[in-house]
Amino acid sequence: MKFLSEFRDPALVERLVDELHKVARGEWTLMEVCGGQTHSLVKNGLMELLPPGVRMVHGPGCPVCVTPVPLIDLAVRLVLEHGATVFSFGDMLRVPGTAHSLAQAKAAGGDVRVAYSPLEAVQFAQANPTRQVVFFAVGFETTAPANALALVHAHRLGLRNFSLLASQVLVPPAIAAVLSDPASRIQGFLAAGHVCTIMGLDEYAPIVDRFRVPIVVTGFEPVDLLHGILMTVQQLERGEARLENQYARVVRPEGNPDARRVLREVFRVADREWRGIGVVPQSGLEVREEYADFDAKVRFGLEDAPEATDSGCIAGLVLTGQARPTECPHFGTTCTPLTPVGAPMVSSEGACAAYHHVALSPVQLVRGGRHG
Amino acid sequence: MAEVSQAPLRMTLSCPAPSGDGGHVVMGHGAGGLLSQQLLERSVFRRFANPDLDRRHDGAVLAFAGPVAFSTDGYVVSPIEFPGGTIGELAVHGTINDLAMCGAMAEVLSLGLILEEGLPLSTLDRVLAAAADACAASGVRVVTGDTKVVERGKGDGIYVTTSGIGTVHPRAAIGATRLRAGDVLLVNAPIASHGIAIMSVREGIAFETSVTSDTRPLHHVVRALLDACGEGVHCLRDATRGGLGAVLAELAQQGGVGMRVRQAALPMLEEVEGACELLGLDPLYVANEGVFVAAVDASCADAALAAMRASPGGEATVAIGTVTDAADGLVRLESAIGGTRIVHLPPGEQLPRIC
Repeated sequence: MKFLSEFRDPALVERLVDELHKVARGEWTLMEVCGGQTHSLVKNGLMELLPPGVRMVHGPGCPVCVTPVPLIDLAVRLVLEHGATVFSFGDMLRVPGTAHSLAQAKAAGGDVRVAYSPLEAVQFAQANPTRQVVFFAVGFETTAPANALALVHAHRLGLRNFSLLASQVLVPPAIAAVLSDPASRIQGFLAAGHVCTIMGLDEYAPIVDRFRVPIVVTGFEPVDLLHGILMTVQQLERGEARLENQYARVVRPEGNPDARRVLREVFRVADREWRGIGVVPQSGLEVREEYADFDAKVRFGLEDAPEATDSGCIAGLVLTGQARPTECPHFGTTCTPLTPVGAPMVSSEGACAAYHHVALSPVQLVRGGRHG
Repeated sequence: MAEVSQAPLRMTLSCPAPSGDGGHVVMGHGAGGLLSQQLLERSVFRRFANPDLDRRHDGAVLAFAGPVAFSTDGYVVSPIEFPGGTIGELAVHGTINDLAMCGAMAEVLSLGLILEEGLPLSTLDRVLAAAADACAASGVRVVTGDTKVVERGKGDGIYVTTSGIGTVHPRAAIGATRLRAGDVLLVNAPIASHGIAIMSVREGIAFETSVTSDTRPLHHVVRALLDACGEGVHCLRDATRGGLGAVLAELAQQGGVGMRVRQAALPMLEEVEGACELLGLDPLYVANEGVFVAAVDASCADAALAAMRASPGGEATVAIGTVTDAADGLVRLESAIGGTRIVHLPPGEQLPRIC
């Protein structure tokens, strides 16, 4: 397929792998930030192809994984107590809340629907004026503009029955948080290509300067990922720390100005809790007061539910690269894709689910080794 | 006192039973009375006519020459009409194919209908016409059936169950326990088309595509395969729900063998591949209706391939990999670029990724 097969070309992959094996002399630990990259690494078996000294750690860039439990509980309450119709991206449905997941709320008679676009929820609200319709706006900078646009659209239509339960998070503060942790071993980052498609490159240079780490904005196909890894390792071997753009065919330095504009119009930056990690300053997006009518928390007078009790899930350590999924006592025993204890076991982009799919492959386990 | 009309009284001498709501299924259609009879006459008996059904008895009395296979399946697809088919031919093909996977050629089917009050009779007619055409084209007969109606809101238009009996091919010896290291894995047609066709018209996701369902009967191609290779055919399985990935994982588990599959060899239409990319779906786990995998002894792999390719429904047959002696019961997929991953049973329905 045009624009796809080129980036999965076996000959090109082989050349990149050869080059990587030639270049990599030291022991390097890199983090791919985005869950989409984790998924592609696993799906294509790319980690097997890396030199033994190059280790990938899977970052916090899975929006489903970092959505805090109290917010899931709010979504469940909207369904079961307020009788609202809640639209959500599919992955979110099975993530366990305190008492219920959205899938369980649906089974209990609640109106929970899977959407591919927030505009579907707006259309539903328009067609069903007697229903209160909430879109569970989960995601990073990539999904935020579409969610913002849906809200602007609903505002223009004068809808009184549409609102957003915003759970939007931002990547650069998360990278900074990972690096600020004294236990962090991450020496280089593959930044999330699609996030940068929206936001551009501005926010990453200060992180490179402050922490002296190479950051390479990277795409998602095998050729992209291997190229991004190669560029990062080349920098590390030379003792450099620069911001580079591997994904230049899609990412412009200024990002997408229109998307950024609508994002700023609807959302403001706020402190935000990340599941398993804690509150990261200035790392989330909240609906601005001008649009408070469309903020589900305001419309339904929701108070944040109390913090969930500790499930024993070590998602925080996994998502900051301090532990491998296989080091969790729950991994593969009490926590499986069918019975997830924590969110990273749910989404196909979650590090634990990704590992569960390869955990029985001895090659990968040996290559993976133990952390630290 | 109101004046009595002097106009002559016009009497209708037809049956005073409710008329049938001018073209929709009503509760009376399932009550066993005249309305039921009318519905069956106009929709079922005429279309599926054959001597066994025409007896209109509670069941059919049948005789078979040798061993038979028996299978049943329920159909709840939504929407009931989709690009390339309806629930009607799906229900016919589905049971024909389940029997074919036992090495049996379907001969007779039962047809059970659960209709929701309010279903347009025109929709029912299209579905049943499609089912009747599928029976005629496949050479199977509906010999018994049942029709029930449930209140509006208690069903989803129409549910169908079919059960079927087929005579087993004299040389069929099929089972997961017969899988052997070295067996060649053959797949008869491009994967993931049915799931994508359904997704393309499902409320909330609808997108434009020319992809159609791959619903088709598989007994002819299976018969050709068994004629050519007989006992050399070790196992057959149709890759319906859960897709090819789930079926391979299940077979390996049941057979206590490993499998190696080449991603680059998996047959798929380019448009289906594109839709899977856009929707974040793994085509290995997307549903099929006319795709099956055959594990055949390496010694007859070429003959099997040729026989399948010469038979309707098998023209696009390819070898996708082999059975291995890895006793861990795992399916390893060699990615197009040289890495490998394990193909697991999917935990539940495949959920789309979100970024």
